[in-house]
This record gives sequence, structure tokens and C-alpha cells, in this order.
Amino acid sequence: MYNDIVMDHFQHPRNGGEITDADAVVEVGSPECGDTTKIYLTIRDNRIEDVKFQTLGCAAAIASSSMATEMIKGKTLEEAWKLTNRQVSDALGGLPEKKLHCSVLAEGAIREAINQYRKNMGLEPWTE
Amino acid sequence: MNEPDPTRQSRLIYMDHSATTPTHPDVVAAMLPYFTERFGNPSSLYTLAGISRKAVAEARGRVARALGASPSEVFFTAGGTESDNWAIKGVALANRHRGTHIITTAIEHHAVLHTCRYLETQGFSVTYLPVDRYGIVDPDTVREAVTDETVLISVMTANNEVGTIQPIEEIGRIAQDAEVYFHTDAVQAIGFVPIDVDAMRIDLLSLSAHKFSGPKGIGALYIRDGVNIDTFIHGGAQESARRAGTENLPGIVGLGAAIERATSDIAAHSRRIADMRDRLLAGILADIPATYVNGHPVLRLPGNVNVSFAGIDGEALLMLLDAEGICCSTGSACTSGSELPSHVLMACGVDPALARASIRFSLGEMTTAEDIDTVLSVLPETVRRLRALSPVKI
Ligand SMILES: Cc1ncc(COP(=O)(O)O)c(C=O)c1O
Ligand SMILES: [Zn+2]
Repeated sequence: MYNDIVMDHFQHPRNGGEITDADAVVEVGSPECGDTTKIYLTIRDNRIEDVKFQTLGCAAAIASSSMATEMIKGKTLEEAWKLTNRQVSDALGGLPEKKLHCSVLAEGAIREAINQYRKNMGLEPWTE
Repeated sequence: MNEPDPTRQSRLIYMDHSATTPTHPDVVAAMLPYFTERFGNPSSLYTLAGISRKAVAEARGRVARALGASPSEVFFTAGGTESDNWAIKGVALANRHRGTHIITTAIEHHAVLHTCRYLETQGFSVTYLPVDRYGIVDPDTVREAVTDETVLISVMTANNEVGTIQPIEEIGRIAQDAEVYFHTDAVQAIGFVPIDVDAMRIDLLSLSAHKFSGPKGIGALYIRDGVNIDTFIHGGAQESARRAGTENLPGIVGLGAAIERATSDIAAHSRRIADMRDRLLAGILADIPATYVNGHPVLRLPGNVNVSFAGIDGEALLMLLDAEGICCSTGSACTSGSELPSHVLMACGVDPALARASIRFSLGEMTTAEDIDTVLSVLPETVRRLRALSPVKI
């Protein structure tokens, strides 16, 4: 049902877990299927120094969180903001059509976390 | 390119007998001649065809014996789905002049539910009876739902997801008293629940061979003599001109062989499987915290274990178990759209988060004590891994 890259990220998720003193923590849920993803960011000098995730969801949701966090680690906030779920699913070598919605959570959670950090720093949240 | 053959891995642990079963080698052996030397069309006139006719008659007799029916009341179909469609549409349409109300339950297989939904678009009204938290239909609700318009009551003998066994005999009596036809989908029950269509006052019964070590794509509908039902598949004069189409000869022979095997010693077979099931469930409950059992504690199919592990997703667990060579199923695949988790668990009032965390192991003929040990050695760690990755704290 899933390709080898998806299965690898699902069975051996990168960046799974928590960061106790994170600079931003958000949890987003999908009203569609009930998948939930929590993202933890540590930010230094406008860069994502560390990122961890926790996901309650299917294999596609977990693999997407794993891949998305890999893709933003070490990136500037501007770069991380631009990550789309399309890029995540492409990096995963594609997801089954009916599972594409599961990859949206990671993108949304990362953006929310970035904006939470900006607000904490007294900055305007980004909108687009 | 060669497809991987998971059955060649010695460590394949098949715990999805409610989805389907492998065809037993004895059944395959019984079928084989009917693909090759004994291939004649039962409708033809020469001696070769007579051999086929005799094989069909023998298989019909075997199915009839397994149900306590007479052979003339057994009609071969392409499986459980067709039998359900025929029973419900056939009775509804043939008895339209008497009334247009049907009673069924919220936990039926989609073969029944979607057929009833279709009939709703054709001017019928359908009552979908609720179940209690164990998945049991209260016979009193059946009695109360009957109106002057009711022509059919359809309640499954045993549920495919949670394994709950319904009070079929009581419901049959209510149907008989109300002079309403009674259909039961016994697809999951054959080989586990002894059936006697007279004692249980069943008018129509669906069964499917691939659930009891027979081949796929062959089933039967029992129709009590005298039941007013329309033909569903129109064409030639096969099956007493009530179900057209050249017979699936090897399939019919396979169904006959399989049902005879499956019903020869239901008590012993059920006990063997229930013992393993009980050990599996006890092990799960002892080793995995925050586990909830779905379905009834006692009134359930001997091979059925349906549990929810709080804080995880059933499909994710299924995929991890598959990687360990363990086949099971979940009622909660997360697909796009607003698809709800299993309608059966919802009807039992299971919390949606727990419904999506559900997993079904269905044990059967293939299951060994060693399989149980392996699952019990793999499952707790697998659930623990997914819970460690989950934001939901239990
Ligand atoms: C209760 C029940 N009814 C009907 C069916 C459909 O049977 P078949 O696969 O033979 O069409 C199934 C099997 O999935 C079932 O479990
Ligand atoms: Zn999902």
C-alpha cells in the first residue's frame, strides 16, 4: 500500500519525541480524520536548531511528520515557512491519493509553530 | 518481476479469518476434477453433463444438511453479497403490495445496509435498529418496530467486526408471530454457530464459502419453501429458474465440501479456537494498559478479538504488525473525506478516538498456539512504540 520511503519513515521515524524547553510547541488536529500532530521547535539565530514531533495517525501521517521535520531541520524560518505538503509527499516518493490529506498536518503544524515563536518574540505573525 | 509471496515466509501469522480463509487442501482436491475432466455444463444432455448435475445436487444436499433445510430450498449464488442483495431486494419487491417497511440493524454488513439504502430510494422505508454497547440487538425493539407495513426483518447471525452473536431464535419467533419474513446474514456464523433454520424460524439465510475454508466467489441463499421472492439474476433456467447463469461448478463442489467440514464438529472446533482466543485476549489485557474490549464478553464468535488501544491509530498498528508478518484488520482506515470510523463501533457507542484505535484479530483453522505466543511477544512493544510517538497521553 505504501512505497519503501514511506514505510522507512513510518517504521523508523526521524525526530520523534518531545523537546522539554522548546521555543514553540503547537498541536494541530485534522477534523477530517482525527489525525493529530504536535511539533516542538528550538530556534537559534532565526534557524530551526532542533525539531521534534509526535503524531497520532496512520502510517502516512507519521511518515509525513518524519519527512517534514527532516526537511526543515537547520533551515531558516523563512525557508521552513515555505515547505508545502506537496514537497513532503514528493520527498516521500508519493502517497496514495486518499492519504494525501494526512500530509497536510505537518505543514500546518510547522507554520503554526513558527508563528507562535514570532508572536512570543513580539513579531507580526506571517500570513502567506 | 516476481511478486513477493508472503505465505512462503514461515513466520506469516494469519489472524484475519473474518476477512477470508485459505481454501483447505481437501476442498481444493474435491474441486479440481471439475475444472478439467468433469467440466460439462450441468444443463447439457449427454452423460458428461450428468456427472456435473450430480455433483451440484450432492453439494446442494450438503448445504441443506448443514442448515437443517431441504435441498430444494438452497440456491447457489456468487457469495454473501449477492445472497444479501437477493434476499432483501427480492422479498421487498415481491411483497410490495403487502407493505414497504423493512427492519434491520445499524451493525449489518454493507451488503445489507447499502441494499436497504438503495431500497429507500425506491419508496421503501427502513428501520435501522440500535444495539447496546456490546453490539446486541434487543428483541423487544424488533417487536416494537413491526408495523402493518413491515415485510422483512433482516438481522445478522454474527457480526463481522466485533463478533457479537445475536438472539436469532428469539427474533425468528417475533417475525413468525408477526407474519413477517425473517432473513439472517450468517456469513460469519457458519462453522461457529449451529444453524437449524426450522428451530430458529429463519426464512432466508445468506452464506459464503470463503469464510469457512471454501473458495471465494461462491455462496448460497437459503429460501424457505413458499417464501414470496422475486428472481434477482434473470436469464437461463438454472437453479429452478430462480438464479440464472451457468453454475460455478468447481465453486459449488468446493462450497459443499467446505460446509460439510466446517459443520461436522462445531463444538470441538469452536472450543479449540476459543481457548486460543481467550489466551490471546488475557495476554493483551495483562500486558497492554489502557486497552478496551469491543463487543460482547461471552456472546461472540470464538475466533474474534476486537480491542482498542487508547492513544494510537489502528491502521498504523496494522502496518507495523504486517511488517512483523502478522495479518489483522482495523475498522477505521483513515481515508479522505468525512468518512467516520467503523459504523459498527459507532453503533456500539464506542468513543470515536477509541474506534479509530481498534484492531481485530480473527483466529481460525490456521491459528496455532505458537501464533498466539508470537503475537503476544510482538504486540505490547509495538503498541508502546506508537504510544511513545503519540501526543495523546493515556
Ligand atoms: C457479515 C458479512 N456479510 C456479507 C459479506 C460479504 O460476503 P462475500 O465476500 O462473499 O460477498 C461478508 C464478508 O465480507 C460478511 O462478513
Ligand atoms: Zn491519516
